[in-house]
Amino acid sequence: MTRGVSGRGRLARWWDLVAMLAWRDIRIKYKQSVMGFLWAILMPALVVGAGVAVQYGLGWYAGRQVDTRNLAAVAVKSVPWAFFVASLRFATNSLIANSELVTKVYLPREVFPVAAVLSQFADFGVASLVLIVILAFTGVGASVALVWVPLLVLGLVALCLGLGMFLSAAALFFRDVKYLVDVVITFAVFFTPVFYPVEIFGRHASAALLNPVAPLLVGLAGAVVGGRPPDPGWTAYALGVAAACCAGGVLAFRRLEPWFAERI
Amino acid sequence: MDDTTVAVEHVSKKFRRGELHDSLRDLVPALVRRAVRRTGRPELAAREFWALDDVSFTVGRGEALGVVGGNGAGKSTLLKLLGRILRPTRGAVRIHGRLSALIEVSAGFHPDLTGRENVYLYGTILGMSRQDIRRRFDAIVGFSGLEEFMDTPVKRYSSGMFARLGFSVAAHVDPDVLLVDEVLSVGDLVFQRRCMERMREVIRQGTTVLFVSHNLRAVNDLCSRALLLDHGRVTAAGAPAEVTQAYLLASLAGRRDVDGRDAHIARITVRGADGPRTLFQAGERAWVDVELAARTACERLSVSLVVQDGNAQQVFDTSTERLGQRPIDLQAGGIFRCSVQLDLHLAPGTFHLGAILKRYDIEREYDRWAPAASIVIESDRDVRGVANLYPRVVAFEPGPASPGSGRP
Repeated sequence: MTRGVSGRGRLARWWDLVAMLAWRDIRIKYKQSVMGFLWAILMPALVVGAGVAVQYGLGWYAGRQVDTRNLAAVAVKSVPWAFFVASLRFATNSLIANSELVTKVYLPREVFPVAAVLSQFADFGVASLVLIVILAFTGVGASVALVWVPLLVLGLVALCLGLGMFLSAAALFFRDVKYLVDVVITFAVFFTPVFYPVEIFGRHASAALLNPVAPLLVGLAGAVVGGRPPDPGWTAYALGVAAACCAGGVLAFRRLEPWFAERI
Repeated sequence: MDDTTVAVEHVSKKFRRGELHDSLRDLVPALVRRAVRRTGRPELAAREFWALDDVSFTVGRGEALGVVGGNGAGKSTLLKLLGRILRPTRGAVRIHGRLSALIEVSAGFHPDLTGRENVYLYGTILGMSRQDIRRRFDAIVGFSGLEEFMDTPVKRYSSGMFARLGFSVAAHVDPDVLLVDEVLSVGDLVFQRRCMERMREVIRQGTTVLFVSHNLRAVNDLCSRALLLDHGRVTAAGAPAEVTQAYLLASLAGRRDVDGRDAHIARITVRGADGPRTLFQAGERAWVDVELAARTACERLSVSLVVQDGNAQQVFDTSTERLGQRPIDLQAGGIFRCSVQLDLHLAPGTFHLGAILKRYDIEREYDRWAPAASIVIESDRDVRGVANLYPRVVAFEPGPASPGSGRP
């Protein structure tokens, strides 16, 4: 007797699900908006715009000229930051938004936060492409240090995945986690060197770098705009935190998963 | 070779109802309160109840097991445990092979996506790969009968179309074990029939099916075995006809208080030529046995027999008096048996039978027991209503009606 559905591995099925759910989210987002694909670059563009405005403001206050490199650095940090923020928001909501599926069909539930991060990563990809084109025109970038970019981005994605899994489970049990995440994320931009260089913190720069996103963003800006490799110590620290986040997120998620359908 | 595909071993599931903190805003003050007032009034004890209590059964390959029971009997909990959506508090559920659940077909759909996109989305959720879906796409769409609507967002679908497409996807997953929860009630009659055929086909192909339904006819029709759940316990198991009968009797025969009556109806049974049963073919002959018992001497009694449709509307009645029988006189402590033969020219569906015990001349009612038993009628003619007139199309062509075939 032929079983129509081929006996594929769990991993293949898992990936099919993640890809399909991410595709669904992307498709819906672009379907609902008249702007279509432009939507992917609008949010990062706004964040970059805000960053540039801050730069001009600071420059005017300090009586300095704003140079292209500073603006480019702000842009290079803003786009991944926008991805980080959107991923966390979206992932936090992912289980609640799919409560029908959580309670009705058995799926490995971690596909929801993972797909949420993946769909945001697609936006990030589009925005990055636009940014690359702009940077190429302004003559910034292109150095050997670019080899560090994938590692730094990977760290950021790992951080999003770990936090996303943990927060999605937390939001399922406590509905106000969502609002807490919103508030924290909104203020986090002030404590993360996105719109300004980390040196602005002076003596306390290392305190600012304890935020694991900071070394990644600073490293990215340095690699893309400054053409220098990221600081090994801080990068290792950020990657370590990201890995720990991932492991912790997965463990917490697995621990709590049996109760999802009952408590949602 | 061990043919058991589903094994449920002493499974119990406890649910907690009561104070649940579902926001930090509630939880934090509650924790603080608990910490501050150690000796204070304890938190309201969470009310616990067993949704399933020590349930065990096995299902073999290619077998179809029907699960019946009233609301809150634990049927859905059982399916969710089998589907790994919930985890049992005690006991174990073992499933060999790929499992797919057909539980509320709309769960996987997104209203903004088109029919085509939703087929892929829902198919993936149910465990098909992209190639599987592509290969079966035409079969799925053909089954649903929604070919023209594949590029329409499903939010524009009627609820029937929505459910049809959902069932069509789920019916083509081809798992080893299929859980079905009350989905055959969707769509029109034609689609329901197609669903039944598809289910039969799936069972024939060797898929194990667990079928939860309030549609006893479908359970009788599809399943080789059935299980009756009542308040989380298995109260009957065996042939579907017996189990559905037990279910109907349990649900119908509420507490009957016969203590104060001078005479009462002690028993009502429906049987076919081969003995008591619930499933009859339209036009088949059935016998209703009514047993009367008297506490004091009663005179001039007659028995009325009533038939109600599935919605408890009375659609037929007769009485021994009108059938020309002599009045019944009962001694104190006397017992009387009356058996009525019926030809069941009824439309397919569920019907309830009952009896009324009356005095022949002054219409005094001694006892009324209706509904007392239920029967399920099957017919090869798809007719609706109550009566079965066995329609047959004898002319079906262009042209005027021939003389004598239409109205004068």
